[in-house]
Amino acid sequence: MIFHPFGKYILLLKAVFRRPEKWSIYRREIFREMDSIGVGSLWIISIISVFLGAVTTVQTAFQLVSDLIPKSVIGGIVRDSSILELSPTISAIVLAGKVGSSVSSQIGTMRVTEQIDALEIMGINSPGYLILPKIIGAVVTIPLLVIISIALSIFGGYLAGTLSGAVTPADFVNGLKSGFVPFTFTVSMVKSVIFAFIITTVSAYQGFYTEGGSLEVGIASTRAVVISCIMILVADYITAQLLL
Amino acid sequence: MIEIQDIHKIFGENHVLKGISAKFEAGMNNLIIGGSGSGKTTLLKCMVGLHEPDEGHVIYDGRDFTRMNFEERIEIRKEIGMLFQSSALFDSMTVEENIMFPLNMFTTQNKKDRMERVNFCLERVNLEGKNKLFPSELSGGMKKRVGIARAISMQPKYLFVDEPNSGLDPKTSIVIDELINEITDEYNITTVVVTHDMNSVMGIGENIVFLFNGQKEWEGSNKEIAHTDNKELNDFVFASKFTQAAKDKL
Repeated sequence: MIFHPFGKYILLLKAVFRRPEKWSIYRREIFREMDSIGVGSLWIISIISVFLGAVTTVQTAFQLVSDLIPKSVIGGIVRDSSILELSPTISAIVLAGKVGSSVSSQIGTMRVTEQIDALEIMGINSPGYLILPKIIGAVVTIPLLVIISIALSIFGGYLAGTLSGAVTPADFVNGLKSGFVPFTFTVSMVKSVIFAFIITTVSAYQGFYTEGGSLEVGIASTRAVVISCIMILVADYITAQLLL
Repeated sequence: MIEIQDIHKIFGENHVLKGISAKFEAGMNNLIIGGSGSGKTTLLKCMVGLHEPDEGHVIYDGRDFTRMNFEERIEIRKEIGMLFQSSALFDSMTVEENIMFPLNMFTTQNKKDRMERVNFCLERVNLEGKNKLFPSELSGGMKKRVGIARAISMQPKYLFVDEPNSGLDPKTSIVIDELINEITDEYNITTVVVTHDMNSVMGIGENIVFLFNGQKEWEGSNKEIAHTDNKELNDFVFASKFTQAAKDKL
């Protein structure tokens, strides 16, 4: 049962990566998507990132009951949690909701209003024209969003720790600096690229094969978000298992 | 000329097209008519490659479209213009961008030449000056006319029109029919119109193919249709009391 949609997904990807008819038009679309996905999601990612770091600091401090463990550990935990898990994964899940539903409903609406048929009739490779710029746009901008998210999450943790008195600024900064493994950042970037690919391709697939009317566009959009979230978590586990 | 040979299309258990063959001549308004569910839109989609026929051939001036690969089909599709039932204009683009889109994609013309072509097409459908409007700002009839302008922007050899009068008032329907008729004559295009609008049938139907239950039931012109003794066609064309009364007067 799962093989048929998976086969269709692979065939769609094959069509997506066919040679573009005219690069200049695709380039313009890629910049448009980068603006829509990247700049358009900056605000929500910034807000959630600050709170993620803040909550991590407060909850870590709450669990550090032993006097034997230095408070500076909080800084290290916030840093590693943000880099390895919170920023890439939570950002991806939020983006699956924001970007994924938008991609799916946009393409689904084009399908049910015959706009995709119109592209096909003109001789345009519709999967390539509609989906490739979104994939490239997401794969370029989502890692950048994750970098911003990491920075803001750590900042949120610092703010919450110092304002609540859970940790002194000096301890938090010490914790940040100690025991940093640069490879964790590489893992974070690999994850964000994979998540970006999942969000755009799964959502585009759901939209591209929508049949019916506005009700089905909504169903496809919901399904896109749900499947993307599950796939993100599965990919998160596999990536962690393989790279760490 | 477009020739279709023994077209079959099956969806699951449903045998929609059961071996349809016909010829559609250049410079002529070829109409495919039939009741709802008779298979006319499916036939049109098989002809342009939006559906793959399970059997049979679609031949564009001696070139067998059904046997072509993706790249070869693109070359034929550049010669095809299509007006969709819903007009299928790109929502995110203005009227001008919609018409210019295929020119941007497939020609090496500079912007001035492309703009001239857009303005010519808009003038041809009596919509000059509407360049900057978005589809959401257009009426149903205007959308159809923009759809026609986009379809003719690449100077197609073949024009396909799916239900051009659906959702339009009778007066606007006649305007659209006349426009299709004029364009077909002027550019010697092979035009195939799918419709169940009787005004279109009687007004522009030079070659009419009547489908019934997935099969070609009758073929002829609008002049012959009034005198046919084909029961299914009579039941379809003269379904209303008004058209029956008009026929009785003939």
